[in-house]
Amino acid sequence: MADVYNKAGFDFSNHVRNSFLQSKGVPFPKATSTGTTIVGCLFKDGIVLGADTRATEGPIVADKNCEKIHYITDNIRCCGAGTAADTEFTTALISSNMELHALNSGRKPRVVTAMTMLKQYLFRHQGAIGAALVLGGVDSTGAHLFTVAPHGSTDKLPYVTMGSGSLAAMAVFESQWRKDLDRESAINLVSAAISAGIFNDLGSGSNVDVCVITAEGTTMLRNHVTPNERGAKEKRYKFRLGTTAWTKESVRKFVVDESVTQISVPAGGEAMDIS
Amino acid sequence: MELNGGSVVAMVGKNCVAIASDLRLGNQALTIATNFEKTFPITDRIIIGLPGLATDVITLKERFRYRVNMYTIKEGREIEPETFAHLVSSTLYERRFGPFFVEPVIAGLTKPSEGSVPFIAGTDLIGCLTLPKDFVVSGTASDKLFGMAESLWEPDLGPEELFETISQTLMNAVDRDAFSGWGAVVHVITPDKVITRTLKGRMD
Repeated sequence: MADVYNKAGFDFSNHVRNSFLQSKGVPFPKATSTGTTIVGCLFKDGIVLGADTRATEGPIVADKNCEKIHYITDNIRCCGAGTAADTEFTTALISSNMELHALNSGRKPRVVTAMTMLKQYLFRHQGAIGAALVLGGVDSTGAHLFTVAPHGSTDKLPYVTMGSGSLAAMAVFESQWRKDLDRESAINLVSAAISAGIFNDLGSGSNVDVCVITAEGTTMLRNHVTPNERGAKEKRYKFRLGTTAWTKESVRKFVVDESVTQISVPAGGEAMDIS
Repeated sequence: MELNGGSVVAMVGKNCVAIASDLRLGNQALTIATNFEKTFPITDRIIIGLPGLATDVITLKERFRYRVNMYTIKEGREIEPETFAHLVSSTLYERRFGPFFVEPVIAGLTKPSEGSVPFIAGTDLIGCLTLPKDFVVSGTASDKLFGMAESLWEPDLGPEELFETISQTLMNAVDRDAFSGWGAVVHVITPDKVITRTLKGRMD
């Protein structure tokens, strides 16, 4: 490695080795993915976004309470489904570029700008970056809600769902969404849609996160509904000290607090050594 | 992961964290070494666990040492656990389409002036961070570690209690995993010391 910071973009230098290993039958570790139910809907004063909080690694629940509503700007948020690392890094990159764009133009960032940046980035990578997004926000042109698919195609609709629980959530929207809902009922509708995903889709689970964006500001309601609280353990499995057999121990002590001892100097200073 | 085997687990305690790894290095079913530690100190108060393909374990250990040294020189201060977790995450995501076969686990305490708060984190092979408040597991025995940790862990364990809990979690999990085991090493980080113990385990 010539420099601490490599050139921009991805590094493919392990690719040849990895395909060789794969051809030899070495199993590939699974990436964390968010099976996910993510939704968004328009209401009277703006946008409500919602997400579940389960992250999976194949059939294993890797994280029971992860955050899927990502910050883009103060007035724009983005829900991510698909490969967890991709949604995380894609939204962070666009958030960074949106901040620079706002600073350069001296204007409040717009939702379409974020949407265009996202779709161009994802299209450039031809679907290899597995990020399925729900983007919502309020800007000078009003409230906007988009979905961005991994290949870069976008939709602009009054209510949207994405992820493996999208069918369950859409069923709720299709039967209950109305135009110009008030804030309260919009939050409840989004919670119901996410709950449908949590309980009917195996890839989604745990809690409901909600984010409300209006012209007045953004409110993040983290763990707005927690329908899957773990019950208190009835027994404890604490081991008696000394249960585990060990053969070797080393303790590394730190200097926790240093104190300075003042050594008294005779009045008029010390006499010069002339011996 | 199954080529060389190995597992790591980290847990949060009361004002302390613990991280433990097994000691096996294998070539598929053949055990080559029983002294292959997968935990590496980053600073006095941060330890990283790197289970996975052994060649990548060593490559990444050196790369993180290099990058942390560069950070220390540039910033003129020691790296914090959370910052280091993000450094790990972005180092792995850079190789999104040609990844290293490791699933890192990070354990550390924040600096004493910020209260020595316990921190643990885990990432997948392409750098997706998870920041749980209880425990992280990784490696070939991760399924079994999940089961053990989920039942044994409880909040606010002291350093010695945490040592017993993490040791029993690891030992019982790796005994049900063919690719991990052959002894283990446990580190408990407290605000004033790091206790490292080598455990006696089954050698089969």
